[in-house]
This record gives sequence, structure tokens and C-alpha cells, in this order.
Amino acid sequence: MNDASLPFFGPNLDPGSSFVDLLRRVAPHSVPGEAGSGGAAPVDITHGTTVLAIRYADGVVMAGDRRAVAGMTIASRRIEKVFRADYLSGVAIAGAAGPSVDMVRLFQVQLEHYEKVEGEGLSLEGKANQLSQLVRANLPAALQGFVVVPLFAGYDERRERGRVFSFDVTGGKYEETDFQAHGSGGVHARNWIKAGWREGITGDEATALALRGLFAAADEDAATGGPDLVRRIFPTVARIEATGFQALTDEQVEQLADTLLGGREEGAGL
Amino acid sequence: MTMPFYVSPEQVMKDRADYARKGIARGRSLVAFESADGIVIVAENPSRTLFKISEIYDRIAFAGVGKYNEFQMLKIAGVRHADLKGYSYSREDVTARSLANAYAQTLGQVFTHEMKPYEVEILVAQVGDEPEADELFHILYDGTVMDEEGFTVLGGQAETIARALETQFQSGMPTADAVRLGASVLSDADQQSLPAAQLEVAMLDRAPTGRAFRRVRGADLEALLGG
Repeated sequence: MNDASLPFFGPNLDPGSSFVDLLRRVAPHSVPGEAGSGGAAPVDITHGTTVLAIRYADGVVMAGDRRAVAGMTIASRRIEKVFRADYLSGVAIAGAAGPSVDMVRLFQVQLEHYEKVEGEGLSLEGKANQLSQLVRANLPAALQGFVVVPLFAGYDERRERGRVFSFDVTGGKYEETDFQAHGSGGVHARNWIKAGWREGITGDEATALALRGLFAAADEDAATGGPDLVRRIFPTVARIEATGFQALTDEQVEQLADTLLGGREEGAGL
Repeated sequence: MTMPFYVSPEQVMKDRADYARKGIARGRSLVAFESADGIVIVAENPSRTLFKISEIYDRIAFAGVGKYNEFQMLKIAGVRHADLKGYSYSREDVTARSLANAYAQTLGQVFTHEMKPYEVEILVAQVGDEPEADELFHILYDGTVMDEEGFTVLGGQAETIARALETQFQSGMPTADAVRLGASVLSDADQQSLPAAQLEVAMLDRAPTGRAFRRVRGADLEALLGG
């Protein structure tokens, strides 16, 4: 890319309102997942583990534990897996940490770019489809072991409700009715949520359920980080309602987690 | 063999400049101010959907007068330039100065090399943490860049409006006063009172983080104008 001149294109090459297509025109090597190919990853790559999203009466809550592992080693105790996508949606990522973070960054720019070029934002469904295309573009990398499986959730202004979408490695997009959890501890978190979820659950109840689901996953899955009481590290949590994406501060999560500690999901009384 | 007519370079440039200026003079004017709470841009624009003022990046806005399709194309190129730069480097590395230079280069190239110059004048504004750090780049159809202080006026009636502002503009005005002043100088230049429906107003908020651009419209704008 030439920094000094403006990017102009002929009518046949114009990338329209898509930032990803623009990047393909001017700097194809920077599009995540499209550079290089070859055999399987030769090293243990860093993986993020458990993330989840739960729909409640006024929106959705997304949460993720803070652990990343490379093989049997803890690669990070403080990684963040829940990101703001735009003012009404968020994305949480399980899978290879490096490509995941790249994909989120590209996805954030893609949504903002569309909004600025077109003068209005995409629908929630449109955003989910955009993410699906990014996951599909990552398929060659996924076959080498760099798997990225995001969860996407947001507030749908037209339908006036929270919605949750999950994706598989081929870019398949599936709308979940109520909740979903992904990653190595996903199945444990999902079972815990399944037992506690009901229609019309409040935001605070859903947030507590999300934290307990992560604690339950950490109790069963070695790759999921539990609440770290020595270092005071707790999950990342964000709530999305009609008023926008709101990430809970570390202090808020810490306070909330403290009140929830020592429950059955962590093995109390067993 | 026929000999082509000789036209002096001075004449060619003058003709092109006259052509561009005529096109711009047909359009309506636009003013931008540095205010206490950020940069305020007020344009005369009866359309609700075809905007003259747009967001480029976190702290940068674009405004254009003249031929709509031409400044719209420049706006999109600016958004692309900024988003590519922010994606390759970091959000902090996207600056109005670099964008203004890129615009100047493009407009200058088109003015000298193409059949027809762009019939536009554009503004690239960047809000700073302090009013002193605000930047207003006013770029003409031929690529001339002017780094303005306090306020700037674009469009056909720029001179009349700028003369009025020299006495009425005060640095560090509150937003509401700046919006009212903008509406009043545009109305005076038009010799008619412009209601909220005839105005497009946007601002770059001097908020500490994130996307600073927001439009002021509907009831909010009427309240500002009426108050």
C-alpha cells in the first residue's frame, strides 16, 4: 500500500463498501488466512479455550475464561476472548489465538468501514454473514491446525431482541435459539447453562449463569482457566442491549465472581 | 497538415480554474468552527440522506461542497485511506494532515492532467484533546491546502460569510452558540432564514476516546437553534 496516495479504482475493480475486498486489492498478503499454505502446524500453537453467549430478556451476555494454552503449557493467564464488534454486537473467539485476534480486528474494521461508506450500519444478520465469510476464508489455515471458531452475538434493532450465532470451521453460520458455548470446555459450560436457563431470564441472572458456566467448565476441563484467587484474574464479560455493547469492568466481574464462588459448579458438597 | 491552435499554459490553467470555481459557486456554502466541546460543521443542505459532512475516522471528519458525486468519491477514498492505514499501523497513526496531503495530491493531479478539474472544495477536520490542537484543512479544487485557525468557510459565498465571521466568531464558544452562529451566517448569505430542515449539522466531540463524529439532527438540532 502506498501511504501518500488515495486508493481509487476503476468501475470493474471497485471494492464497494467491503474493507476485506479493499484489502485484497491493495495488500492481499494482509488478509488473514489467505497467506501461505503447506503442512500441518509444526509447533503447538496458542489456543483460547472456553467462550459462551446467553440470550436474556433485554439482550445477550457474552463471556470467556482467561486462559490460553499451547499444548500442555499455559500460554497466557490473562488473554481476552470477548471483543466489541461494534456498538450493538460482540464476538467471542475460541481456537488458535493469533489468527482469532487478527480475524476480530479485521471484522471490527469491516463493520465500521461499511457503516462509514454506506452512511448506515449493517443489520445484525448482515454482520453475522460477514463474519461467516471471514471464517470461510480461514479454511486453508484451519486445515493446517489454525482453527478459528467464533461466537457472534448482538442486539437486533429491527427484531428488538438479542440473538446468538455460532460458526463452524467451514464458515457455516447457525443461529442459536437461546445460548451457545464453544471451545474445549464448551460442552461443560453448555450443560450448566442448559440446567439454569429459562425464557425471560434477567440480565443479572444471565450474567451469573455465564460465570457459573465458566466455573463449571474450568472444574472439568484442564484448558479452561478458573477464577484465579491468587492473582485476582476473573473471566471477561460483556452485555449487549438496545443501549449498546457494555463490557463489565474487572472490578465488577471480580465483585460478582466473589459472591458466586464456592458453588456446586466448582465442586462444593461433592 | 493542420496546425493545432496554440494556447498558453496560463490560459489553460485560468480556464480550468474558472470552470471549477463556477461549478463550486452554484453549490451552497458550509462553515466549520473550533468550539469548546469540539469541531462544529454546519452546511446548508435540504437533503436528509445525501450528506455533505461525513465521518472519516475516530477524530477526523470530511465535508465537501460543489459537485456531489465528486466529493462523495473523495470521501470514500478518504475512508479507505484511513481504514487501510489504521489497519496496517494503528488507530493513532491516522492523521488529518496525511489525509489532507493525499487529497491535495489527487486534486492537484486531476487539475493539471485531466480533461476536467473536480468542481469541489473540501474540508478535513481533526479534533484534538485541546482546542489548540484542532486542525482544519481547507483544500481547493486545484490541490491548494490551507491550514485554517478558528473557522473556515467553503463554497460560493465563502468571502461574504468569512467577512461576517471575522467580527462574530469567538474562540472557545460553546457548541450551541457555534451551531447558531453557523445557521445565522448561512442564512444571512442566502438572505432568508434557514430552518433546521435546511441545515446539516455534525460535530467532532472532544470526548477522550473512540469515534468522535456525531450528527446533530431532528429535535436535538431544533432545540439548539431555538435555545
